[in-house]
Amino acid sequence: MIVDDTALIFEKSRHGRQTHLLPEPDGAPVEKLIPKKHLRKTPPNFPEVAELEVVRHYTRLSQKAFSIDTNFYPLGSCTMKYNPKINEKIASMPGFARLHPHQPDSEVQGALQLMHDLQGYLAEISGMDAVTLQPAAGAQGELTGILLIKAYHVERGQTGRIEVLIPDSAHGTNPATCTLAGFKAVSVKSNARGGVDLDDLKKKLSDKTAALMITNPSTLGLFEEQIVTIAKLMHDAGAQVYMDGANMNAIQGITRPGDFGIDVMHFNLHKTFSTPHGGGGPGSGPVACKKHLEPYLPIPRVVKVGEGYALGYARPKSIGRVKAFFGNFGMHVRCYAYIRTHGPEGLRRNAENAVLNANYLMSLVSGRFKIAFDRPCMHEFVIDGSPLRKLGIHTLDVAKRLLDYGFHPPTIYFPLIVKDCLMIEPTESENRETLDQFAAALIKILDEAKTNPDLVHHAPHTMPVGRLDELKAAREPIVRYKPVKAS
Amino acid sequence: MDYIQNASDDAAAMLKAVGAKSVQELFTSIPKDVRLGRALDLPAGMTEQELLAHMAGLAARNRTTDSHTSFIGGGAYSHFFPALVDQVAGRGEWVTSYTPYQAEASQGTLQSIFEYQTLICELTGLDVANASHYDGSTAMAESVAMALDHSDRNRILVSAAVNPQYREVLKTMFKQIGVEFVELATFEGATSTGGLAEVAKTAAAVVVQSPNYFGVIEDLAELARAAHEGGAKAVASVNPVALGLLEPPGACGMDIAVGDAQPFGIETSFGGPWCGFIAAKMELIRQMPGRLVGQTVDGKGRRGFCLTLQAREQHIRREKASSNICTNQALMALRATITMSALGREGLRRMATLCVQRAHELHDAVTSIPGVSRPHKSPFFHEFAIQTPVEASVLNERLLARGFLGGVDLEKSYQDLPRGMLLCATERITKADIERFRGALAEALREPR
Repeated sequence: MIVDDTALIFEKSRHGRQTHLLPEPDGAPVEKLIPKKHLRKTPPNFPEVAELEVVRHYTRLSQKAFSIDTNFYPLGSCTMKYNPKINEKIASMPGFARLHPHQPDSEVQGALQLMHDLQGYLAEISGMDAVTLQPAAGAQGELTGILLIKAYHVERGQTGRIEVLIPDSAHGTNPATCTLAGFKAVSVKSNARGGVDLDDLKKKLSDKTAALMITNPSTLGLFEEQIVTIAKLMHDAGAQVYMDGANMNAIQGITRPGDFGIDVMHFNLHKTFSTPHGGGGPGSGPVACKKHLEPYLPIPRVVKVGEGYALGYARPKSIGRVKAFFGNFGMHVRCYAYIRTHGPEGLRRNAENAVLNANYLMSLVSGRFKIAFDRPCMHEFVIDGSPLRKLGIHTLDVAKRLLDYGFHPPTIYFPLIVKDCLMIEPTESENRETLDQFAAALIKILDEAKTNPDLVHHAPHTMPVGRLDELKAAREPIVRYKPVKAS
Repeated sequence: MDYIQNASDDAAAMLKAVGAKSVQELFTSIPKDVRLGRALDLPAGMTEQELLAHMAGLAARNRTTDSHTSFIGGGAYSHFFPALVDQVAGRGEWVTSYTPYQAEASQGTLQSIFEYQTLICELTGLDVANASHYDGSTAMAESVAMALDHSDRNRILVSAAVNPQYREVLKTMFKQIGVEFVELATFEGATSTGGLAEVAKTAAAVVVQSPNYFGVIEDLAELARAAHEGGAKAVASVNPVALGLLEPPGACGMDIAVGDAQPFGIETSFGGPWCGFIAAKMELIRQMPGRLVGQTVDGKGRRGFCLTLQAREQHIRREKASSNICTNQALMALRATITMSALGREGLRRMATLCVQRAHELHDAVTSIPGVSRPHKSPFFHEFAIQTPVEASVLNERLLARGFLGGVDLEKSYQDLPRGMLLCATERITKADIERFRGALAEALREPR
């Protein structure tokens, strides 16, 4: 039973309560060690609570969050697959968790070997020549990849290449990344089949083009059938091809970006390789590239030296560091374990079953919902939500009502090019019954829209709170707790 | 191996429903000549039992801050944290959820972030903190982006006593778009403030760190005053444990404070994942990168929390966004939040005080050895530089043989500190450890080449 407990930890604070974690300091008084002008006048207002209160508070909060462990979570483009428990146990082994990043190479050979081998696995999976594990998340991977391309052009005197072409179905991070790298983002239209509009691409391609940034499979859940032609067009024009690897789950072991013309890409380890999403992070965004971009990869590189492993810094053309130390190592450990568990067969089966699950779910709902593109999908599919308006409901209503049925809603209103859309990615982890139940819930909501529209409009009804006033939150931002002063 | 639930019967039935004869039929949009047509060249899969043995073997090839008494700091700190952190933050509901896009089904995540934001504001003395960021180095880069966004100047002044890796990240991010960096010199280990107001007249921001890379406590109030006199924003990277005792950057007049919450319940884990934080004055809220959680009400007037001011972010602004951040480090922020709550006011005071005391006892112990001296006179928190007659890398090998992880080799980044070493002591170090370390260091220094 969930107890009605909405208080913040600060509101549970009572003077004099405490935990007993550390001893009373027994050394010289601080005032004798640090000049008074540097010492704070009032301590930070941390809560005063006992241990059980802390445990119960955060345990109860955890019960107010949907998760893969508790609910089907078909959030499109986020690949909410099962996160193996063993990988959590492994990452917390002291031999990994208790490593200090300043330890000399000789003391961390196991860690360096793991990173070195993982780089090799990711290169093989992507068909690329070199990998850096340093980027902290997908968005940082994108920036790293685009900076490699920039450095490549600059070294060749191609400084006039200032534009990056981006299909209009792309994730918002793609254009934002280009701006950060000092490029201009140029949007390319999609065609009726959900692929890149080749005519529009050709129109926008010029000697100013530095690169194309393409997501393949796309956010529409479709493999770009013209990818080989597109890559050739770009290369012939002296431009590079960047791939957003958010949707690698659909193609691992089936086809490789390096084989279809991609020069550089990032992985999202928290998607394809199941490192946990953790309520919004940590992510991890390794970048893989072809040989011609390798000299520009961030330092340090993990290299094999004889029988051992070392961190290599002597890379004069490197773009430099993108993050302190070597990336989110704890995520590398989980990813390594995941790949070693699966092996080549397991990874391919993941792709096949992710695609089968998505197509099966699409077939279950296609009679009642408008599918945006009527052809087999990859790991996800997109519903055009515009007909819902005729029933007097919106995509948002469907999403909120799904919560009452115990399902996390799909991604909604993205990609932007399909009106009012729902983007649904079941992943390979789910069984047939779950997909059947989810489809039944979606269809039932359509029926409810006719029989009991209020039920849908005001959903959810079973969550700790109802729909929130987001406008108020933005207009009168309250972004921290402040104690109420006793009057 | 895999974690797929459906058996072959299920697959057959599902294929039938789809109207495909085989799974391969679903992949026909992939041109034939770029299909792999072979198995990936990867090691064969393993069962859980085999995997565990394999991983334990790799882990055993590393020495750790548990197997050895460690005095390494330099941006990553080995602290005590309570057992409840692993237990509570390790719950599947926390670990396997995603960004709280659906607020009603994510109140737990959102409230925990709201509490985190509050704790960071309390520590830093600033008005608003974001929902966390990759790490301290990238948080500093974001703070520079905020300052550039707020100014038409294109120059950043950075103290030489800022973590060298953080400075490298700044250069990677901003030199390529033409931002100029000017290094601020140090005196006695602290950033020089002489003439700073004058050079700040051409800069968008003055970036410092306190305690800085040498462990020295900077005069943040004076640095902020000089920056503002020149019309630049003042940015400080701070250690959150130190803020249990030190005057917060907000009270010193700093506009932005960044740092890494790693010391609060987050394993050093060979450099990540950690938890960068960014806090600022309210006037900078719309320049704040990343997620931000706000308080609001539902239709019945009940308090609730949601992601807010999203018009700042990449998914709305796309190419007009000044940051491309998507994820935060929610799970790491949660660990920090739980740790800070468990420590509470008294625990934080004890932790910070023990750090100061042990570090000063360590300082007195090692500088009593002939030939060992501290090159700086300024006050320090829980880290300090020493110089010895032996190269730090050689000394560290000798210390390792005696069961210690020594200090960070300073000479790599600071040529003006030959044979320099950075030593750190947290509350994990005992007085007995310090006594043993003094003996080991004295012995190591006497060891012939």
